[in-house]
Amino acid sequence: MGHGIRIEGLRKRYGSGDTAVDALKNVDMTVAPGEVVGLIGPSGSGKSTLLKCLGAVIDPTAGRMVLGDEVIFDEGWKARDLRALRRDKIGFVFQAPYLIPFLDVADNVALLPMLAGVPNAEARARALELLTALDVQHRANAMPVQLSGGEQQRVAIARGLVNRPPVILADEPTAPLDLERAMAVIRVLNDMARQLQTAVIVVTHDEKIIPTFKRIYHIRDGVTVEEPGEGRAFD
Amino acid sequence: MISLAGRDILHAWGKFVFTGIGLGLLIGVTLTMAGVYRGMVADAQATLDNSGADLWVVQQGTLGPYAESSSVYDDLWRGIRAMPGVAQAANVTYLTMQVRAGNRDVRAMVAGIAAAEPGAPGWPPYLVAGRQITRSHYEAVADIATGFKLGDVLTIRRNQYTVVGLTRRMVSSNGDPMVFIPLKDAQQAQFLKDNDAIRMQRRRSAENPAFAAPGVLAAVNASQASNPFVNAILVRIQPGWTPPEVAAPIARWKRLTVYDRSQMNHILVGKLIESSAKQIGMFLVILAMVSAAIVAFIIYTLTMDKIREIAVLKLIGTRDRTIAAMILQQALVLGVIGFAVGKISASFAAPYFPKYALLIPSDAVAGFAAILVICALASVVAIRMALRVDPAAAIGG
Repeated sequence: MGHGIRIEGLRKRYGSGDTAVDALKNVDMTVAPGEVVGLIGPSGSGKSTLLKCLGAVIDPTAGRMVLGDEVIFDEGWKARDLRALRRDKIGFVFQAPYLIPFLDVADNVALLPMLAGVPNAEARARALELLTALDVQHRANAMPVQLSGGEQQRVAIARGLVNRPPVILADEPTAPLDLERAMAVIRVLNDMARQLQTAVIVVTHDEKIIPTFKRIYHIRDGVTVEEPGEGRAFD
Repeated sequence: MISLAGRDILHAWGKFVFTGIGLGLLIGVTLTMAGVYRGMVADAQATLDNSGADLWVVQQGTLGPYAESSSVYDDLWRGIRAMPGVAQAANVTYLTMQVRAGNRDVRAMVAGIAAAEPGAPGWPPYLVAGRQITRSHYEAVADIATGFKLGDVLTIRRNQYTVVGLTRRMVSSNGDPMVFIPLKDAQQAQFLKDNDAIRMQRRRSAENPAFAAPGVLAAVNASQASNPFVNAILVRIQPGWTPPEVAAPIARWKRLTVYDRSQMNHILVGKLIESSAKQIGMFLVILAMVSAAIVAFIIYTLTMDKIREIAVLKLIGTRDRTIAAMILQQALVLGVIGFAVGKISASFAAPYFPKYALLIPSDAVAGFAAILVICALASVVAIRMALRVDPAAAIGG
């Protein structure tokens, strides 16, 4: 699989001339497969911009970005089909679960492979496998509105993992959860990262979970600084 | 492949069904309007078909007897009967008026038919009850749409008529049911003045010095008391003759205007109901626009409700065409529900319209196609909005 995530000298500039703003100035980051790292920083530090670059939603201005074994940006060159890249190489977990309200839990998870042409039965089987791993298989036929916040977030994680992406980007995944549920989500992310050899970046402000990371990237004024984390046990 | 549109519809079926019912009632009105137009055309053609005529002989230079008033002498039919190619010729008068029966009155076209055998031009070609007119006065055959029954006594002007027969689908070009009475009675009804008017006319004639010569005034009064006019002469041609072959000598030698069936059809459909057809056409256009606006608004609102989900779908790699197809399919489903409700409501409502509303399958098919096109066009706004949604909107910050 190669590197989970490797970013070298990533820069992002909004606007031009006198009004130009450098949101990312020089970002270097490496996340190995199976590793979960934290990305923390104050508001306006460039976290969301970095996440959007990593998510292939916006183009960086300069630098190099490799997800899994695929170079998606290299000094102005970029992969052609970013949409397929997002579908196949990146899993997203959001602050709110954003489950599709008119699909049941299993179909929410199976949606991506179904849209990619995988037969419905096979996609649902794959979804049930993940839901079982995340201990929400008993809610497979429930609608999202019938789930608790923690269950919804686990379903969202399953959706992010269903295509076996080399990279998971989690944007404040524990913000709305209490300590117990937040820890459960972080445990699940670590377990899945280890089982599926997925590189996970967790963007967070959540003081509850920051001590659980073994490595942390601090971002301030568009520059990242790597620090060792406490790597505290989840329980 | 999963159907996102189908799942969304099943999830929010109540919203779709009730919206579809609302839209369907609008479509029902549209289909009924088209049916009213078709009914007008059918009525016009029924008027021609039921007259049993191949040629209509009318006053020179007029579009009579249906579209304009026409007066021809009631003895001309004999000369026309003798013209080459003429099989039958019969006088006829038409007068649209209120016909009373007891306490109620009905808008009807009173047709005066000449004494002849059943099946002659102008006569009702078939009856559903009773018998044809056999006496020269005071008998009537009525269309069942008038609501009259056998034995009812009708009042037409000052005279009373007994309904002796009932017929069906005998209507004027305006859709008014017909009442057939003997020609002489009809001529009197058409031109009869009230007693005061007759007295006044006689007094005026008596005061006219031009009528002072002996015997002149009596002759004038006699001529004013009688009515030698009919509205048209209906002609049936002999086998082997074409309408133009028969019509040309009549027009030339009798100094009258003669219309064949296609010309009369053009007068009725192309001239008499043309403005009504345009009026209905305008309503159809307005209703189509209102339907499009409603569908566009509903689909736009439904899409706005899903804007965050659409951003998530785009972020996780869903193709634009999948999202566009979802919105388009929902708009089309709304159209299908609306059409089904509209077709059913129009079918149930049409018989209750006071005038004939004819719902024909080709109109329904055309309406269905138009609705699908309207729904597809109406979804464009919502699709454009959905495709403009930035997938980054799903990522906070």
